[in-house]
Order: sequence, then C-alpha cells, then structure tokens
Amino acid sequence: MFHLFRTSGLALVTIAGLVAQPAFAETPNEILASIQQEATGTPDFQAFSAARGERFFKARHANDWSCASCHTDNPATPGKHARTGKVIDPLAPSANAERFTSPKKVAKWFKRNCNDVLDRVCTPQEKGDVLAYLLTIKK
Amino acid sequence: MSIYDQKIFRMIAVALLAISVTMPAAQADDDDRDEKYGEKYSGKYGGENRGKPLQPAQTNARFQQECSDCHIAYAPGLLPATSWRKMMAGLDQHFGSDASLDAGDNQEITAFLVNNASNRWSASTAPLRISEAAWFKRKHDDHEINPRVWKNPKVKSPANCGACHPQAERGDFSERNIKIPR
Repeated sequence: MFHLFRTSGLALVTIAGLVAQPAFAETPNEILASIQQEATGTPDFQAFSAARGERFFKARHANDWSCASCHTDNPATPGKHARTGKVIDPLAPSANAERFTSPKKVAKWFKRNCNDVLDRVCTPQEKGDVLAYLLTIKK
Repeated sequence: MSIYDQKIFRMIAVALLAISVTMPAAQADDDDRDEKYGEKYSGKYGGENRGKPLQPAQTNARFQQECSDCHIAYAPGLLPATSWRKMMAGLDQHFGSDASLDAGDNQEITAFLVNNASNRWSASTAPLRISEAAWFKRKHDDHEINPRVWKNPKVKSPANCGACHPQAERGDFSERNIKIPR
C-alpha cells in the first residue's frame, strides 16, 4: 500500500519535471543565434546592432505606436498595455528570466506586436537588432 | 487490506464526498431557476441567454494560458458556439489587435470554447462582444447598475469583469460575490 503511494509520488514528481522543462527550453542567446541564422540569408544583412535596435524600439511606426508604447523606454521595468491597461512584465532578460526562452512564444509575440505597431511583420534583421538591444540592458 | 489501510480509504472517501458537496454551492449562479431548468431556459432574453458557469475541473490549460495573456479568460458559456467560431477565425484582428495563435493551439482552444459554449442560446445572433448579448445588457442596465459605476476609472470598461466580479476569472459571477468599487 505505502509502496504504491511512494511509487505514484515519484511518478508525479517525474512528470512535473518533464512538464516544467519546455518553459526554459532555450536561452536568449540561443534564440538570438537562430534569428541570426534566419537573417544571414536575407539581402543587405548587417551584423546585429544594439544601437539600431534601441532606435527601432523607441521610434513610432505605421500605427503611431512604438514598442516602448507598452514596454516603456526602460524595458527592465514593468510596462502597461497602451489600450487595455494590462500590466506587462519586464521585457529585458536581465530583469525577467522567462523572456526569450521559448521560441514559440517569441514567434507568437513578434508576429502580434509587429502587426500592431508596424502594420507588417518584422524582418529578421529588426528582430535581431531589438533582441541585441534588450540583451545589453542591465537590471 | 489492513485496518490501517481501510482507515485511509475511508478518510479519502469522506474528503472526496465533502468536496463534491461544497463545489456546486461555491459555483452557484445568480439565477437559480436558470440552473434548475437548464436548456429549457433558452427562450429567456429573446434567446440570447448565457450558459452555466464551468466547473474548474472542466477547464482547459491552453485556453486559460493563452486567453489570459491580455484579458481574463472569459468563460465559454457567456457566448454561443457560433460566436466563438467567428472569434477564433479572426484572431489576427481581435478588437483592434493581432492576437493570432498557431494552428494547433487555435484548434484546441476553439474546440474547448465550442464544446462549452452557452447551451441556452436559441437566437440566430452571434455577437463577438459579450456586452452585446441580451442577457448581459439586461443584467447590467440602468436599473441594475448606476450609470456612474461605468465612469469609475477602476471599472474602465464592461470588458473588465473583474472590477465588480472578483471571481470572474473562475467563471463565478454570482450576485453575492459582487463588489462594486467606489
């Protein structure tokens, strides 16, 4: 009886471990590397630049929004959605260890937010520049 | 089986029974007659009636996670199946924002919403805004809610259920749990 309890307890812990893992499947640098791989094939590709990323992040685009409209000029601090008012956790990996660790989430949010802010998808160059910028931000 | 094991079994059985008895009360809706007559109440509000609140055990993790990224995960019973199908087919233009999901996630969440949509909606209408449903409008009209409440910045918009229904996230809109902010 107790043996059964112990075995099922162990199984539960093992399953929990497996489920928790995908959340931190990759590091921000690994994600940057895969964006770089994507960008290298595109015409006019230049090495990623944090300075260019910062300008892009803070500039207003097609829809009169910038990334900073919701993520603020200091992505190490919490932001607030410009329309709904929902609090947004810090975007800079130094301030929020969950950021840029799931390729699926990264793809989902770049697609959504670039469409909202620029009315188009972002190029791999733009995505790489922005992530390079975010990685330079200290907490 | 030893006597000790039997005792443990009895304890578990009693605990489970206690949970099953208390749960429905905690989830009770504000309109008891609706619950009693279930689908027979589909003629109410001109056929635009919401369904039963969902039990926590019936929920879907992906729905909870994805839909609560930007707002609360609105209970599927608040709208009919046709509304949810339309909503999920147009996520790239979701009330002015791109809220698109990948195909697999979209499919899973659509199935969950459709399977748990209002079972008391008999009208052919299918609004995208919950606040446009007749049941919503009747329960939130000027007789029920002082128009000043909507102007309170803490309320902000009718989409902000949690401002007055603190348990909204769990699909609990019961009248005794309403707290209108000052």
